[in-house]
Amino acid sequence: MADIHMSAAEAAQIKTSARHGWLLSLPALVVLAAAAVGPLLIVVVYSFLEAGKHGNVVGNFSTDGWRGILWTKDIFTDSYVLADAHLTIFWRSIKLSFLTTMTTFVVGFPTAWFIATRPPKARALWLFLITIPFWTNLLIRTYAINEVIRAEGLLNLALMKVGVISEPLKLIYTDIAVFVGMTYVYLPLMVLPLFAAIDRFDLRLLEAGYDLYASRWQVLRRIVLPIVKPGIIAGSILVFVPSLGAYVTPRVLGGGKQMMIGNLIELQFLAGKNWPLGAALSMTLLVVVTIALLFYVRAANGEKSHG
Amino acid sequence: MTAKNAIEARNVVKAFGQGDTAVRALDDVSVEIRQGEFFTLLGPSGCGKTTLLRLIAGFEMPTDGLILLDGQDITYLPPNKRPVNTVFQSYALFPHLTVAQNISFGLEMMGKPRAEIAARTEKMLALVKLEAMAGRKTSQLSGGQQQRVALARALAPQPKVLLLDEPLSALDLKLRQAMQIELKRLQQETGITFVFVTHDQEEALTMSDRIGVMSNGKLQQVGTAKEIYTTPKNRFVASFIGETNFLAAKADGTKARLASGDVVDLAVPVSGDVTLTVRPEQVRLASANEPGALPATITNLVYFGTDTHVHLALSDGTEVTARVQSPATGDAGLEKGAKAAIRFAPGAVQVVGD
Ligand SMILES: Nc1ncnc2c1ncn2[C@@H]1O[C@H](COP(=O)(O)OP(=O)(O)O)[C@@H](O)[C@H]1O
Ligand SMILES: [Mg+2]
Repeated sequence: MADIHMSAAEAAQIKTSARHGWLLSLPALVVLAAAAVGPLLIVVVYSFLEAGKHGNVVGNFSTDGWRGILWTKDIFTDSYVLADAHLTIFWRSIKLSFLTTMTTFVVGFPTAWFIATRPPKARALWLFLITIPFWTNLLIRTYAINEVIRAEGLLNLALMKVGVISEPLKLIYTDIAVFVGMTYVYLPLMVLPLFAAIDRFDLRLLEAGYDLYASRWQVLRRIVLPIVKPGIIAGSILVFVPSLGAYVTPRVLGGGKQMMIGNLIELQFLAGKNWPLGAALSMTLLVVVTIALLFYVRAANGEKSHG
Repeated sequence: MTAKNAIEARNVVKAFGQGDTAVRALDDVSVEIRQGEFFTLLGPSGCGKTTLLRLIAGFEMPTDGLILLDGQDITYLPPNKRPVNTVFQSYALFPHLTVAQNISFGLEMMGKPRAEIAARTEKMLALVKLEAMAGRKTSQLSGGQQQRVALARALAPQPKVLLLDEPLSALDLKLRQAMQIELKRLQQETGITFVFVTHDQEEALTMSDRIGVMSNGKLQQVGTAKEIYTTPKNRFVASFIGETNFLAAKADGTKARLASGDVVDLAVPVSGDVTLTVRPEQVRLASANEPGALPATITNLVYFGTDTHVHLALSDGTEVTARVQSPATGDAGLEKGAKAAIRFAPGAVQVVGD
């Protein structure tokens, strides 16, 4: 009969390999340190330094950068006043990102459902069409929207031709323009994870639901949505996070007037020459996103156990 | 029995697709299923059993014909408005809900009061002996347990009719036999009309009050297990249920002359060219000088434990199988190639249509 207990030598060997096992993860650790932790540390350090006259930072410790998030120094009285322009920008960023996430979900869910319920061949084609915009540079796509909605753009020309309106609608350089642009740009990021989740959904459960006296709405609410929830969470994160930090879309469609956090940060590093404030704003954005995600994922999962 | 019909299908036709590629899954099916009975739809795969069940559940609409429930036309009523529940072949349990939540789902959708939902869910859990599993997710259950959840979930709303689509086909033999008894018990305890679909004749014979035998989208025969086994209406029914011998004959009254020239007695008088059927266990080995015995030659012997199948050839080569009890020693002096004689049990020879 074979001995199922391992010998002392074998045991020792397993112990040794376990002790040296971390060596295998060394490349990953190096990449993480170089790509994620390092730059982050630099940003943190910069946020606690003093701004240089012509940009960059000088080596003195200062909390001005962090204070600058909410308060501006009045250069005449040397006192601090509330930076309400910043608050407006924060609010706009959160509002537009939230609206964008909601809208991409409302539009993306039926789209993903439609694609997931096509025969395999048609499904591949639809998925391909959904991903086509990724092949074009974001800037170009955004300018394309600009071309559609600007005062003499396609939309206004068409509406005026038909006679719905007599003067061009003022869409460009408004919150609406930014919102429309972000919804368009981020829609595929919602559709793809939703598709993956719906594709895994067993359609026979729909019949089981109807059989047990559920209406169409109840089947959606009580069966479909809870089961595809991982896809909804993934899609929402993929849309909300880049929306909050969006830079190109508000720049092109908001025209520099309807700024979002991303534009505000850029301003500090270039025209504003206030690197510590830019760094502090970046860190704030990071922290806000992280906390929002934690809350969101917890709320989404918590609902399940009460469901 | 004068009970009302729980379900009635009238001249139901269901075609899938159009034109040349159309499939007639159901071809003029009429059937009456009585209240409180265990009715089984039996037939080979693809004969239209699931389609008939889906029409009763409301997942499909017939191309033609009517479906009635308690005498009311429900042909075009959506599934969530029918007091009919289904146990799906794949179970289709809700993976995000616990066992108890699965069972209470239908009651919740019906808008029953909370207390009633809780009480009934408890009762159903006890009925299928899953009290200990109430809080588990269905993915943590064995196949047999999932099966019982599916049953409890469908029974909880107290439907007028319970539809079961090959519910036991995914279980192994032991479990399947246990569940057959369990199902029969549930049906008797609840008094709910069961419409049970299977392709397994043994399952159908042991469980059903009545059986509807289907083939090619048509209902071939409806009757009790005994009726269907002893007086099959046609060749298909005779051969699908149990094993049987077919013999071509020319009948005249209660006598029929086989191709071998032998004459046999018929239970019911007919005349003309007919096909006779006789079950192997109704074929007896006789001594050659017995009156009415048919001379034959043993061509093969197959030992089945309690029974032995004796394959014989009549004088013209017509094959007949006899099923005899195996003697204690394992052989009864029977031997391949030996001369023998057979007799058919009185009343055992039936005339079948094609
Ligand atoms: N949705 C459908 N579309 C096309 N053909 C179908 C569909 N459902 C069933 N059929 C066909 O109808 C026939 C009967 O099917 P079904 O009722 O599932 O048989 P069973 O349950 O007896 O195995 C089969 O030939 C099947 O291919
Ligand atoms: Mg079937």
